[in-house]
Amino acid sequence: MSLDTVKPSPGFLEHLPIEYKDLIEHGPYGEQKKVTDMGKFKELVEEHPMCAGCAMGLFIRLVFIGLPKPEHTVMVGTAGCGRLAISQGNIPFVYGNYGDTNAVATGIKRGLELRFPEQDKDVVVMCGDGGLVDIGFQGLMHSWFRHEKFTTIMLDNETYGNTGGQESGMTQKGQIMKMSPRGKKDDKMDMMGLAEVANLDYVARITPTNPSRVVRTVRRAVMVAREFGATFIQAYTSCNIEYSIPTPDVMQDAFDMEKKNYGFEEKISDRAKAFLDEIEKKDKKKKKK
Amino acid sequence: MSNLNAQEEGKSADWVPAGDMQEEISLEEMLKLPRETIFMTGSEAARESIRRANVDMAIAYPITPQSETMQQAGYLYDEGYIKDYYRAEEEIGAFSAISGASRAGVRSLTATSGPGLMRGMEAISSWPGARTPIVMLDMCRVINTPLAIQPDNIEISFLLDTGMLVLHGENQQDFYDFPLAAFMVSEEVDVTLPCTVAVDGFFVTHARGNVSIVDRKYKLPARDGWKSAVPAMDNENPPARLSRDAPIQKSNFISYHMHSSWQQEVFSAVERSAKYFDKYLGGLIEVVNPGADEMIIASGAAVSQAREAVRQEGEKGNKVGLIKVKTIRPWPRQQIIDAAKHAKTILVPEFNHAGWLHKEVCTTLYGHSEATIYNGPRVFGGMTMPTEMILDWLAEIRNKTGSKNLFV
Repeated sequence: MSLDTVKPSPGFLEHLPIEYKDLIEHGPYGEQKKVTDMGKFKELVEEHPMCAGCAMGLFIRLVFIGLPKPEHTVMVGTAGCGRLAISQGNIPFVYGNYGDTNAVATGIKRGLELRFPEQDKDVVVMCGDGGLVDIGFQGLMHSWFRHEKFTTIMLDNETYGNTGGQESGMTQKGQIMKMSPRGKKDDKMDMMGLAEVANLDYVARITPTNPSRVVRTVRRAVMVAREFGATFIQAYTSCNIEYSIPTPDVMQDAFDMEKKNYGFEEKISDRAKAFLDEIEKKDKKKKKK
Repeated sequence: MSNLNAQEEGKSADWVPAGDMQEEISLEEMLKLPRETIFMTGSEAARESIRRANVDMAIAYPITPQSETMQQAGYLYDEGYIKDYYRAEEEIGAFSAISGASRAGVRSLTATSGPGLMRGMEAISSWPGARTPIVMLDMCRVINTPLAIQPDNIEISFLLDTGMLVLHGENQQDFYDFPLAAFMVSEEVDVTLPCTVAVDGFFVTHARGNVSIVDRKYKLPARDGWKSAVPAMDNENPPARLSRDAPIQKSNFISYHMHSSWQQEVFSAVERSAKYFDKYLGGLIEVVNPGADEMIIASGAAVSQAREAVRQEGEKGNKVGLIKVKTIRPWPRQQIIDAAKHAKTILVPEFNHAGWLHKEVCTTLYGHSEATIYNGPRVFGGMTMPTEMILDWLAEIRNKTGSKNLFV
């Protein structure tokens, strides 16, 4: 049914731009696409106004590919660089007030569950480190402790990129930024640890170095959230402007960070693991067929 | 958790939510039904209203004097009259989440008091622009230092220009009737706006009064999330492009025009709500002793004190008029002009220091009335207004013995 909402009346189809026709005919609706298929299907977000070489732009593209059911997904974001790209995606997007993402997502998820008990409707919060761990911290924590059934994806560029490079809770200790002129005094906030304390069923830390892994991680997080409750992905998506990373070196920086302090990590509860094993087995069977 | 997961919360497999056994009828029909009169608190009156309002989701956060009502809503959830309910982390969380619920297309309820309203103000002020029908009960309370829990309705002044619909109830009966109207009007397609039902804390919420209510076997029709100026964000219909297009978020001529036209539409929708409130509340204002030279214009609990002053003056053979303003937004401009045009003296008794109602009345009547509009009487900080205070003002005005402040 939802795919129908993007389909124009037959008489209008010929007047629409090629990009829109491609979206309908070759979009990712109804079947999970793979990274290896990129270029062969119409992605939900392609053009965006992110800075040249921005790792966040790449990561967001991959997230959209990883969504298991984009035609039934609502995204929630807040102020920050990420929303510039997310809002260009062909998925309903709430650009809310500062730091309100996880509360808004709570209401949307519960409301959709009431209206469509038989239809999985996924809600995904995707926004920056400042939006989640500083201004949105309280809402984030409480959505975790309430085990709300949606995924939170943190686009961690370790700064407030959109407002011009101020220190955030996720900035590394000692880093000189705007508003930390003598270097950040405190440690980077341990959100992976807090997620563990909140007893989340699926938590992952990742960089965009391995696109297939990003897509798989997003799919897992959304599927587990649908079934059990809150899930979390902490993704390193560098700010090449504020950290002065030359554009050609952005991916090398991601590899370096991965080695240094941002290694891939997944923490999956036993019940979530059993659940994922089951659905991934089914996926493999499908592929063989 | 919701009634969808009732068994996980301890309900038996054969449990039937009480709301499922109610019969849906329109508010027009409900208003015609016979009523039973019960002596109850304002919080209980609100509970009985919510019971009949077919609420899908209620989000609570405690603050005095509101807590009583939303814990009553919790009991309604337990009985199955409300489908989903939880205690939020605080007001920004509660009001953000309820906006999410409304965006998802379900009937949404929350409530607060004074400082809680202030805390959640950023979320509240974004509701009208997001075109989210929500009912927020507001049990007014002192907001500024020194901290107090007592009634004072200064907080209503902060809501006047948000684009919200604002009702101000006089008593327990209004706290039963107004929320039902609020749900229906806020969800009208040509309105699609949030609505506050404010009452003065404690005087209404914790005191008892006679409340006439219909049988609990009836409830309002369910919300249709697609029957809306901005349909529900549910992936079952094309999403509104609000805040999706990049130009709206940037400073350029397109964004200026987008924002200005959007705001104009919100405030036009406020005006369009008037015809529905007129129908459901029996008028936006109530007039006692029309045509009197001396008129009192009041809203909220001050109306009750004014009624008593009118009665006592009547016993003395003096005809004093009263205009009860039920809807603060939409503001019944023309109705007030018409009802006050014969007046020579107008008093505006209020339960706040700022005199926000007085300012509204002055703005409305400027150029339309020869009356002297007196700046009071007012009490604040939680005081009640003795009827004698209104009577004293009337006497001083008649005898021209009033203090300097009286004639400001």
